Amino acid sequence: MTTNISFILNGDKISYDVKDHWTLLYLLREKMGMIGTKEGCGNGECGACTVIVDKLAINSCLYLAIEVHGKTVETIEGLASTDGTLHPIQQSFVDNGGIQCGFCTPGMIMSSKALLDENPDANREEIKHALAGNICRCTGYIQIFESVEAAKETGGQNE
Amino acid sequence: MKPFKYLSPTTVEQAIAFHGQHSETARYIGGGTDVIVKLKDGWMEPDFLISLKKIDELSVLHKNNATGELSIGAMVTHARLEKSLMIQNDYPIIHDAVSNIGSLQVRNVGTIGGNLINAVPSADGAIPLIALDGAALLHGPDGERSVEVKDLFIKPYQTILKPGEILKKITIPPQALHTGSAYIKFGRRAAMELPLIGIGVLLALDETGKTCTKARICLGVAAPTPMRAFDAETFLVGKKIDEKTLVEAGNLAADESRVRDSVRGKAWHRKEMIRVQVKRMGLKCLEIIKNNQ
Repeated sequence: MTTNISFILNGDKISYDVKDHWTLLYLLREKMGMIGTKEGCGNGECGACTVIVDKLAINSCLYLAIEVHGKTVETIEGLASTDGTLHPIQQSFVDNGGIQCGFCTPGMIMSSKALLDENPDANREEIKHALAGNICRCTGYIQIFESVEAAKETGGQNE
Repeated sequence: MKPFKYLSPTTVEQAIAFHGQHSETARYIGGGTDVIVKLKDGWMEPDFLISLKKIDELSVLHKNNATGELSIGAMVTHARLEKSLMIQNDYPIIHDAVSNIGSLQVRNVGTIGGNLINAVPSADGAIPLIALDGAALLHGPDGERSVEVKDLFIKPYQTILKPGEILKKITIPPQALHTGSAYIKFGRRAAMELPLIGIGVLLALDETGKTCTKARICLGVAAPTPMRAFDAETFLVGKKIDEKTLVEAGNLAADESRVRDSVRGKAWHRKEMIRVQVKRMGLKCLEIIKNNQ
């Protein structure tokens, strides 16, 4: 059961023959080699696989690839500029110690981006609410929240 | 995951027809946040997955201002309910409940209808709809029927839906003028956790703002399916509502509950929390009514 889908991935038009039962995470990592998005628990508990679909943060492990047909998908690979300049949220995580082992980071950053794109002035409570589905076992979260708050100042919202 | 064919009907009739063609080997899928976990774990192994995402009428969220009736399409996501100002203002109990279902990633995709049909004992989504006297509109091979949300559940993970039947929408009848409602998901943490106990309270007062004309006390995880504490509700109606009467209502609700020990907590603890939280949610209702006057 193969279906041809087309969608926008990090600004590029993509056409791909997907199996109906593939998850979006499987398509990204195993078929397209885009391994920035991580698989943690595989059942929607940890948020490591968070990507943005039509402006909403979603768990790509619980989303069928076939369902992104006609939609816009953003992954961590699409954030930095082509010259390597980091997106302000990425830079802020580096500058503020929001990263330790790094495994949760792509998901954290995608959740943060979806939040700041929608609500550029998000306060600490709103940041915590938006990141509650992203588990980090290293940082204790404080530096992550600080990174998102600092990113607000440096233009973390959409360019 | 076992391979399947994904079908994407655009009308309820078409979805039911697909289901009829493949009955035993077909499953419906809404947002998928529960179904995909079950597919991955092998608890469901359909040959055909019938998605309800492309059926526009299932995603309508609308309050009819003339009649005061609220319609929530089964495919309305938790996040849409959470962000709706109309829901926040007019149905705070729904906002309280959906804001802490899963995580934002789950709420952006998971639907209120899916939450009901999944029928977990905790069913955060069901409690407010029961408190609001919601009705579920079902459509199946034999046509439409309407049932009260409180009667949807038979036992954990089982509803009264017949094979091929689809939950189309939930309708909430108009609310009386001086009505307040609140829900608390009580547990160790709100996100990504099932509640130790869920408590929803709705109170309507007469025009003097003192005497209770209607009470709903709904409990999640207090029995195999979401339940109403009828003794506590009956006790409150006709009374002047203050902290003392709410404490008594909490005691009655705790006595009526059929809580048990589980990995998340002990029965006695759940009972104590029902006592405390029925009172607190009742006081919150009074505050909401006062603020709206």
